[in-house]
Amino acid sequence: MKIVVAVKQVAALDEEFELLDDGLGVDPDFLEWSLNEWDDFSLEAALLLTEGAGGDDHEVVVVTVGDEEAEEGLRGCLAKGAHRAVRVWDESLERADTLSVARVLAAAIERESPDLVLCGVQSSDAVNGATGVAVAGYLDLAHVAVVKALEFDAASGTATVQRELEGGVIEVVKVRTPALLTIQTGINEPRYATLRAIKQAGEKPLAVVGLSDVGLDEAAVSAAAGSRLASMAPPEKGGGAQMLEGSPDEIAARIVEIVKERLVG
Amino acid sequence: MSNGWVDGGGAVLVIAETRRGELRDVSLELVSAAREVAQAAGATVAVAVIGADSAKFAQALGAEGVDQVLTVSAPSDNFEAHVWQRAVTALIESEQPRLVLVGHTIDSLGFAPAVAARQGLGFATDVVKVSFDGGLRARRGAYGDKLQAEVEFPDHDCTLLTVRAGMYPVAAAGSGSPAVRAVELDLAGAARTEHVEFRDVAGGDVDITKAEFLLSIGRGVEDKDEVPRFQELADQFGATLSSSRPLVDAGWMPSSRQVGQSGKTVKPRVYLALGISGAVQHLAGMRTADTIIAVNTDPEAPIFGVAHFGAVADLFEVVDGIEKALEQAS
Ligand SMILES: Cc1cc2nc3c(=O)[nH]c(=O)nc-3n(C[C@H](O)[C@H](O)[C@H](O)COP(=O)(O)OP(=O)(O)OC[C@H]3O[C@@H](n4cnc5c(N)ncnc54)[C@H](O)[C@@H]3O)c2cc1C
Ligand SMILES: Nc1ncnc2c1ncn2[C@@H]1O[C@H](COP(=O)(O)O)[C@@H](O)[C@H]1O
Repeated sequence: MKIVVAVKQVAALDEEFELLDDGLGVDPDFLEWSLNEWDDFSLEAALLLTEGAGGDDHEVVVVTVGDEEAEEGLRGCLAKGAHRAVRVWDESLERADTLSVARVLAAAIERESPDLVLCGVQSSDAVNGATGVAVAGYLDLAHVAVVKALEFDAASGTATVQRELEGGVIEVVKVRTPALLTIQTGINEPRYATLRAIKQAGEKPLAVVGLSDVGLDEAAVSAAAGSRLASMAPPEKGGGAQMLEGSPDEIAARIVEIVKERLVG
Repeated sequence: MSNGWVDGGGAVLVIAETRRGELRDVSLELVSAAREVAQAAGATVAVAVIGADSAKFAQALGAEGVDQVLTVSAPSDNFEAHVWQRAVTALIESEQPRLVLVGHTIDSLGFAPAVAARQGLGFATDVVKVSFDGGLRARRGAYGDKLQAEVEFPDHDCTLLTVRAGMYPVAAAGSGSPAVRAVELDLAGAARTEHVEFRDVAGGDVDITKAEFLLSIGRGVEDKDEVPRFQELADQFGATLSSSRPLVDAGWMPSSRQVGQSGKTVKPRVYLALGISGAVQHLAGMRTADTIIAVNTDPEAPIFGVAHFGAVADLFEVVDGIEKALEQAS
């Protein structure tokens, strides 16, 4: 069984940050990078599936579209047990929207011919919630979004999955592979890498490829774009909260007062 | 390539959502959004509903300002991503809308990105505001709603947007008298997943939707061993303990205590949020509480945007203080 897991290195804002002069992004000095929370769960799901399947004819390949910053995330995945990593990058992808990224991912994944493709439900910085299913669209793969339980029957190539709906309601559906699933947090307990595995991960293959290596060029990617960023700014502050000032004890006393007042009223 | 939708005119198409035989509120919110853009762009509004028994929703969807309701008959009432994908693709081809609005919901996330990718549409998700002023614009969050982005769709004749729930008012069902048209589509064999069953959430020991005072904890508590302390605090304070999702995912809290889109929607008199950032899916479950008090170390946390009272402080120091205050009072 071969599983491709699409993973993304995401940025979180420092408590204080500055926007770039062109207003189209955040000054990278104020960003902190880590692997997208959802992708920890989808990698774990892939590892559990291949480890549970018996035999050693399995491969988990992690793929990312990202600059050098993303390699740390890929190394982390290799340390946890992924066999191989692929990083696709081109300068022109700097501000790529979700469809352009999906287009590139689709091209890279197509080359791998996997049985299963796993993506996260969403990435915490862009919050598109769309890249996985867009990849399925490009590749014409069967797909299920927001999966919170997954069983796979290798003999029939059928996955039985739980879609998590609003209000926690579950829909159980079956899908035949090859298929793409987007994985929800809580589906499993992501493992930690051992120190030894982290050291050894340096020796596992990490291929860095460009657009032409996956059969694309800048024009094809920009033709896929679904939107163009016009501006980025802090949200307008509405009425906002009335802020409680003072020492923690003073704040606590005010909270107790407010609660009492509001519960009686 | 064209310059996109600059002249206005044409049609805005809303894809309604139903689940287990009921129309979902987001459908009529999308109608409000569509009406607003259509007015600015001089466009018409069509609403399509897909399902085995789609005609039964036509009357409700015919809100004021809707010009046409399109009923599409599908092999099953249950949403199936690939059936919806084929149906919406066919509707885009036959109706030639300039803008397609769907909800940013679990169902739509399952098919809309595939339609946009395959048809090469303009596309953005989790949109909080759509506007037209000589061109289409959408506003959406970035970096967990700490920033807002405006995006444009300059090269696209047709754009598909998924719109966040709760951002537009629910249009009055059945308040207009649009034309209703049945659209025949060949959807046989489109399904690629097989529905097995729905499962409802297990009850749990307490019903947090009934509580008047919720003390709600988030990832800011950081350690499983701290959780009992908050249960004691809740008991002392006369509150019911609830939480954000990560604590449930980690197994620190039972799922019956989860507030939010995939948990419970609560409307207590007081909601005290400790160490919760205020992600959109969390807010979806508590933003209508009468009084919201939030404690968070990050002054930019989105939770302060919906809270009535806020404190930028370490939750543990504040909890020490609350414990002291309650002891003194008793
Ligand atoms: C389809 C879908 C459905 C979802 N459904 C839900 C749902 O139903 N409910 C839900 O909650 N989430 C849901 N989520 C997840 C949601 O996107 C967020 O990941 C989640 O709400 C974050 O929880 P949090 O605020 O506790 O954690 P974080 O976002 O990590 O925030 C922790 C906060 O604690 C603060 N903090 C840290 N230490 C301290 C301290 N010592 N004192 C004070 N503050 C501190 C930090 O500043 C931060 O703001 C869903 C996501 C998806 C994609
Ligand atoms: N640049 C990227 N490289 C690899 N995978 C990505 C990238 N962007 C998004 N994804 C995948 O798509 C999922 C959802 O992200 P998004 O659609 O951006 O919210 C992520 O969890 C990843 O699995």
